[in-house]
Amino acid sequence: MTDTATTLERLAAEAVATAGASPHGEEGERYTAVNSERNRPLYESRVKVYPKLVHGTFRRLKWLVMAFTLAIYYVTPWLRWDRGPNLPDQAVLLDFPARRFYFFFLEIWPQEFYYVTGLLILAALGLFLVTSVAGRVWCGYACPQTVWTDLFIHVERFFEGDRAKRIRLDKSPWGMGKLARKAGKHLTWVLIALATGGAWVFYFADAPTLAGQFLTFDAPSAAYLFVGLFALTTYLLGGIAREQVCIYMCPWPRIQGAMFDEESLLVGYKEDRGETRGPHKKGTSWEGRGDCIDCGQCVAACPMGIDIRDGMQLECIQCALCIDACDEIMDRIERPRGLIAYDTFRNQERRLAGETPRLNIMRPRTILYSAVLALVVAIMLVALGNRTTLDVSVLADRNPLFVRLSDGSIRNGYQIKIVNKEHSERIFRVSIDGLEGAILTRPALAGEDTATVVVEADKLENARFFVSLPADLAAAIKGGEADFDFVVTDTESGKIATRSTTFRGPGK
Amino acid sequence: MSEKHKDDVTGVETTGHSWDGIRELNNPLPKWWVYTFYVCILWSFAYWVVMPTWPYLTGDGWTYTKGVIGYEQRNVVTNELAAIAEGRSGAMERIATMPLDEIATDPALMEVALGAGKAAFGDNCAPCHGSGAQGSAGFPNLNDDDWIWGGTLDDIHTTLQHGIRWDADDETRLNTMMAYGRDGILDRAEISDVAEYVLLLSNQAHDGEAAIRGAEVFASQCVACHGEAGTGNRELGAPNLTDAIWLYGGDRAAIVETVSNGRSGVMPAWGTRLDEGTIRSLTLFVHSLGGGEKQ
Repeated sequence: MTDTATTLERLAAEAVATAGASPHGEEGERYTAVNSERNRPLYESRVKVYPKLVHGTFRRLKWLVMAFTLAIYYVTPWLRWDRGPNLPDQAVLLDFPARRFYFFFLEIWPQEFYYVTGLLILAALGLFLVTSVAGRVWCGYACPQTVWTDLFIHVERFFEGDRAKRIRLDKSPWGMGKLARKAGKHLTWVLIALATGGAWVFYFADAPTLAGQFLTFDAPSAAYLFVGLFALTTYLLGGIAREQVCIYMCPWPRIQGAMFDEESLLVGYKEDRGETRGPHKKGTSWEGRGDCIDCGQCVAACPMGIDIRDGMQLECIQCALCIDACDEIMDRIERPRGLIAYDTFRNQERRLAGETPRLNIMRPRTILYSAVLALVVAIMLVALGNRTTLDVSVLADRNPLFVRLSDGSIRNGYQIKIVNKEHSERIFRVSIDGLEGAILTRPALAGEDTATVVVEADKLENARFFVSLPADLAAAIKGGEADFDFVVTDTESGKIATRSTTFRGPGK
Repeated sequence: MSEKHKDDVTGVETTGHSWDGIRELNNPLPKWWVYTFYVCILWSFAYWVVMPTWPYLTGDGWTYTKGVIGYEQRNVVTNELAAIAEGRSGAMERIATMPLDEIATDPALMEVALGAGKAAFGDNCAPCHGSGAQGSAGFPNLNDDDWIWGGTLDDIHTTLQHGIRWDADDETRLNTMMAYGRDGILDRAEISDVAEYVLLLSNQAHDGEAAIRGAEVFASQCVACHGEAGTGNRELGAPNLTDAIWLYGGDRAAIVETVSNGRSGVMPAWGTRLDEGTIRSLTLFVHSLGGGEKQ
């Protein structure tokens, strides 16, 4: 296989070419990880990471996830959902001025924000479960920081070439060529950043209308502000800060130490198989040595600038690109794939002890997370199933608690709020139940003296009611308090909402 | 100044000072921090020019540099208040000019009027009538259906406008409940008898014989204002003595005291203190509390 030989020679030559000066390679030590523990003093400027492009299963998976997540992000605001007249037809819309959150079939009013809380709890539990099963899957594949950084690195690669070329370019003096490449890269980054910020604001206003306003420069100033803000953060975090966000800014890496255990699938280097590492001359025996030929490709591919062979590290986002990098090499040197692979700490021990490695997904931790997840899902579904389009609340006057009228009877005042969440006007009849001899009236000027309340579509109506009890009956109330019900009936559908409240009098 | 000194362990230069042999490393501040600091210093110079900053002494006393954009917090408040007034001026002007019963049938206008009325009530009326308009001894409860001077919109408006026994207002609502005992018009026995009769009128426990004697006293002294049946006269501001509501208390002692010493509660005339829109808002608000009467 002369092909393999030349490839390895080329890799070695490349390594030497890039290894010249510290810290991208100490003398005699090729492809030293930028963020390796032993190389870092407490205070140090950031050393740029130059991730090398790899090909393989996980790289393909990452492209797919990137395409999928970016598509969700950019397309969602443009999805339409017909809700009838006078209501926005945007499928997902956070309408702050109207205080509504539209999510396909669901419309969340401010007082129903617990649905969003539920979604966040589900997201958190899902994250815990996934992490306990397969480590930082979120960090490695789906986190916006990872997705956008990956995209930005790809843009960088397009303009400046792969790792070796980029290192050389950065070391070379400024000239027209370098300027053009750098300018092209940054311009593309800015455009992507603007598109990112642009898509963000579409979630908060009607997307086609706002897009039109952007084209004619008529958009509200808040829209420009937020596009600018998110463009700036995208550019800074995705283009400039990159791995530093994960290492220094994100709290999640600190939390997940508690999330996975010895049975979790983590991207790791099989020390038992790889050691003792060292260069291997083609045609010589593999006896008495490990499979790692110390080619450094895993280090070169790492977007976090670490050496996966140092073991589990806080910096590792488990993007699995080192697996692809290593598998490529394993194929070339005709050794089995998977020297770097999704592995568990326990399996490492099992192999060393001569046992068969196996996967143990059903653990107390995962079962507990799944159970809580299922419970929250069930609660959410029940809450969703019981969601009514009629909300009634009754508030008894507290100042004054009751009023004595000239004929000696006692009157209480009540504020009744009726929320109509349907898209059509509804007429409600209000009555009382459970208070013998009581008379229900409405203040003379608030409308007709009837107990009919008309609530417009998607509106809240505030109606004031008086309940009066003749003197003798009021005096007979024990302790001065009697419970009774307000019954609100939808005159069309016959739907009834009953709210319990209290009538108060001077008592005996 | 001491010489440059490098720390052996870290290789970092120290500040050059030594405290009991302890030296402090001279690590640089983060660049972004330093540059932000410099920008802040530059901005402070700009701030002196733009905003009111430095105090200085003139012949007339202390003053300060006003800044080129003329910013002043008092102006901000003034402008905000003006904006609020402008924002609702249309509604308040209509409330100030439209007939009260027409405002009452306009829900949009009513919303403004009731809101303004509630706020004005809290500012001006609550000290006597209570924050819930529930009143207290001597200060009427405005939630109930008993009105001394009338409970229609116009009646309430007049009371608000001109007050009660408010000397400064020529059209103020005025009457006199005489001090029958103090002024020697009735003797103690007569006062006691008439009190029993008032208890009878209001359907309370009373001494029957005394009440019969009291009826004569009532007929000679009280009917002129309170009416033959004791149901009062709103034209004169004479309270209804037959109902369950008493401004100064309805038990025997309270009635005796009222007859003996008279009563003359005072309410200010608000016409000179509040603008017409506010007075009408207050009228509509008080009318809406539950006792408002039709015209």
